[in-house]
Amino acid sequence: MFAVEEFTGEVVVYSSWFYDNVWLIPALPAASFLIILLFGKRLPYKGAEVGITAVLAAFGLALLTTFTWIADIETDGGAESHSEEAMAASGPELAVEAEDGKEGLKFSRGAPVINEVEWFGIGTDANRVTLGAEEGAAAADGDADDHGEGFGGGFSIPIGTLVDGQSVMLLFVVTFISSLVHIYSTDYVHGDRRFTHYYAFLSLFTASMLFMVLSSSTIQLIVGWELVGVCSFALIGHWWEEKPNSDAALKAFLTNRVGDIGLLVGMTILYFAAGRTFSIPEINEAAVAGDIGQGTLLISSLCLMAAVMSKSGQFILHTWLPDAMAGPTPVSALIHAATMVVAGVYLIGRLYPVFYEGFGIAGGSINAMAFIGGLTTVGGGLLAFVQRDIKKVLAYSTVSQLGYMVLALGVGAYTAGMFHLFTHAFFKACLFLGAGSVSHACHHSFDMKADMGGLRTYMPKTFWTFIIGTAALAGIPPLAGFWSKDEILVGTGAFPGTDGNGTFTIPFIFGLITAALTAAYMTRCVWLTFFGEYRGHAHPHESGPRITVPLIILAVMAVWVGFLNMPTAFVESVGLGSGWAHKFEDWVEPEGVATFVGGANGFTHAKPSLLLAIVATGLGLAAGLIVWRYYTALYAKDPKATEYSDGLASRNSLAAAGHRVLEQKYYLDHLYTDVVAGGTKGPLARAAYWFNQNVLDGVVNAAGYVSTLVGRFVYRYIDQGVVDRAVNVSGQSASESGRFLRRIQTGQVREYASLMFGAAAVLAAVFIFAF
Amino acid sequence: MFLNQFLLLAAALFCIGVYGVLARRNGVLVLMSIELILNSVNINLVAFGAYHGDVSGQVFALFIIGVAAAEVGVGLAIVLLIYRNRRSIDVAEANLLKG
Amino acid sequence: MTLATILAQAADGALTETGQWVANVFFYVMAAVAIAAGLKMVTTANVVHAALYLLVVLSAVAGTYVILGAEFAAVTQVLVYLGAIMVLLLFGVMLTRAKLGTDDDLDHEQRWIGALVAAAMFAVMSYSVIEAFGTEELPLTQQPQTTQQVADEIFSTYIVPFEALSVLLLAALIGAVVVARRD
Repeated sequence: MFAVEEFTGEVVVYSSWFYDNVWLIPALPAASFLIILLFGKRLPYKGAEVGITAVLAAFGLALLTTFTWIADIETDGGAESHSEEAMAASGPELAVEAEDGKEGLKFSRGAPVINEVEWFGIGTDANRVTLGAEEGAAAADGDADDHGEGFGGGFSIPIGTLVDGQSVMLLFVVTFISSLVHIYSTDYVHGDRRFTHYYAFLSLFTASMLFMVLSSSTIQLIVGWELVGVCSFALIGHWWEEKPNSDAALKAFLTNRVGDIGLLVGMTILYFAAGRTFSIPEINEAAVAGDIGQGTLLISSLCLMAAVMSKSGQFILHTWLPDAMAGPTPVSALIHAATMVVAGVYLIGRLYPVFYEGFGIAGGSINAMAFIGGLTTVGGGLLAFVQRDIKKVLAYSTVSQLGYMVLALGVGAYTAGMFHLFTHAFFKACLFLGAGSVSHACHHSFDMKADMGGLRTYMPKTFWTFIIGTAALAGIPPLAGFWSKDEILVGTGAFPGTDGNGTFTIPFIFGLITAALTAAYMTRCVWLTFFGEYRGHAHPHESGPRITVPLIILAVMAVWVGFLNMPTAFVESVGLGSGWAHKFEDWVEPEGVATFVGGANGFTHAKPSLLLAIVATGLGLAAGLIVWRYYTALYAKDPKATEYSDGLASRNSLAAAGHRVLEQKYYLDHLYTDVVAGGTKGPLARAAYWFNQNVLDGVVNAAGYVSTLVGRFVYRYIDQGVVDRAVNVSGQSASESGRFLRRIQTGQVREYASLMFGAAAVLAAVFIFAF
Repeated sequence: MFLNQFLLLAAALFCIGVYGVLARRNGVLVLMSIELILNSVNINLVAFGAYHGDVSGQVFALFIIGVAAAEVGVGLAIVLLIYRNRRSIDVAEANLLKG
Repeated sequence: MTLATILAQAADGALTETGQWVANVFFYVMAAVAIAAGLKMVTTANVVHAALYLLVVLSAVAGTYVILGAEFAAVTQVLVYLGAIMVLLLFGVMLTRAKLGTDDDLDHEQRWIGALVAAAMFAVMSYSVIEAFGTEELPLTQQPQTTQQVADEIFSTYIVPFEALSVLLLAALIGAVVVARRD
């Protein structure tokens, strides 16, 4: 019935209590949401304790699931079987012939574990005569096996869990970050007027993300996707009393709607293209086996890409993401590190064969995904330069890093993209929570220029964790960001001797530029916040342990998680056993994924290059140093200054223009509100006005004019009394006709109803007689 | 008996209801006309249920009766509110949607 | 043959030829009553009369349900519509202090638009219905739909819509209270 079950016997599908009951992980926060919603206000800690308990329990389960998964992978061969020879040796046995003779997905290790039940079916119930007797009988014969195929348009929608490396990794990340955010929030939103509401939605947010991560069918994925969107709307607009906050929430929601259309269309295409199935493994299998044409795959990939662009903040739909900073800071950390924005990247990973085949990544040099990723990574990095608000710097940094992930997936470096998602979650959460701690100390201001500076002496714990996060983000070895970023750069295959899936020169250059940009804007951010002299008017102080402990935990994670995926060559050169190399790849990438995408075109893992690592790190360090020098020189001149008053931007018109473009965020918001929205709204209004003025009034005037003519004619030949009457009547008829034509705009519900019913009748008639 | 005689009765009642909605000024009378429309749909459901030998038609007719009860409750509440605010339930006077 | 036996036969499923004839006559009487009362309802100048005409229409519709063998629906129609909804509507008439006598102001001046639209809809609908079903006969030999079948279906296949409906009624109750409350 399901993809994996067909391979039993050939492929080991792991089994464990944890895989079968993995649904508990989203269920726990979901239950917590209900409890907090119903009883939260009466509990001693206003519901926070329920949320924390549930999320910690979910984290415990996720941890155990992760360990079980790792243990299964390790006993199944681990790093040893990764070599090409082993693959080649075990290849023939693994080439599974599906029933119809086509090659299916081959998994030597890490095949997804699926547990599904039918959620609901339409037209699949054999007992009911819905579509004629013979079809009903056929369904009765086929009984349970009608999954996907259905009959005569009927279909069933399964709900279930899909456990594989990718979902296990995200389960771990989401529950981990969410637990820390829950704990952190007890202090951060302490005393807030909607404290209970906040915790309820935090729990629901976590639950929806976990639900989405575990989806086994595309329908379930869409449901989770939308749930995440709704929760983010509620949380971004948490302080909705202030107009900008509710505007930001609306913007996030509406921008995401744009992409959702793409998601729905793409999923629908895939449903039909893959032979009427919602099952993710079956769709992937169909894409790999070549059952779906290249053109169809390309179109559905492009549609899905629109969804990714809106959810994961890719150019040009990223504009909601910086505005989403209006929400409470812990929410930003959750949105930007672990949940919402990685949903898009996760979607690409989940349906990777579709994208891989659709965009023809193998052997390519550029494609839509890599290009959008590259554009986003550079564009976001540049925008981060001109922000005054510390959270917006981090927001644009997130845009930039998400671009990195999409770029990695676009060039075929699946593991690199996923690994960057993984490491980024830790250091970005660390940075966001650090920013929250800073603002907590500075009267809830986020303005780096006006209210910060010199904070390192006041809040050393926040300072040091922030520094670690920054270094990890900037890719300073040996912190987490270095390893994942290096892997992505290598994965583009553009650097000599790296053997990627193709030669993606442009994405590679984008990636290199961003490596330098990241270091530069983060140095600026750190300097403005922690160095120089304090410019605000508050009395900054170190935050309490409920804020600093999560920071320290995250900083520790940001230091070491990079070691999970060290290249073999590096591990050997420092004298560790080869068992230390690319653990993450073993755990997350199903071994099938190497053959994931059809034998000959299967993607390769690029060879790491020491020179490239040195170049990238050197670029980052150099950029950071330049910014550092700029600010230290500035400090020597005026301790309170934040920028040279006669900087490059004020002396050079080209630089000034560039700066202005950045400050206006490439004018994208103007494009959307003024050109797109205004452009459709204005002309419509003007057209209506023109119609009103020229056509309607014209009719009225013409009628009046004609009647006047008639009146004159009558005046000339008939006596005065008749003339008067004629003029009056014609005037009346003119105003009557005018009133009749203006009826459409009277606000009378009755008339709208007449129009509706009348139009329905006309349309029905058209359909009846035309078709 | 023909299926059509029931369908035509339903169509006639439906159109009478539509006329009532469009022609009446009194809010309560508009609600009554809506009830007529709902009833005509019910006749269709029951008739098709009998035609196909499927009990679902009747089940949905019952559901519609339930929904109609809810609709009348809320509808009357709205009419009362309009009456309280404007001292009149002339739907022609409620023209705040005017553009 | 009395009407009661005809109805009993209709309920048992097998109608004799005479039975069919009588049932047909019964239907046409019901239909004529329904349409005539319906027309009066939308044209009368007395609000209370309109409510009473609606009562007649609803009873006639219940009668057609009986002919169709849907006795449970007919009974529910009588209980809910005639019993509950009519009382509610009469309360509405009373609470809004409608004129109890004749009121010439009940109709809109432009009611001909409504008549036009309704006539157009009726033309389209009757054309398509006749075109689609022509002279399809109702199968009268089969067993009628008993209350037990209805109950089985509601509480198995349609349990979720049923529960949703109960929530809807609750929501409507609360909504009506909130909307109509004086505050």
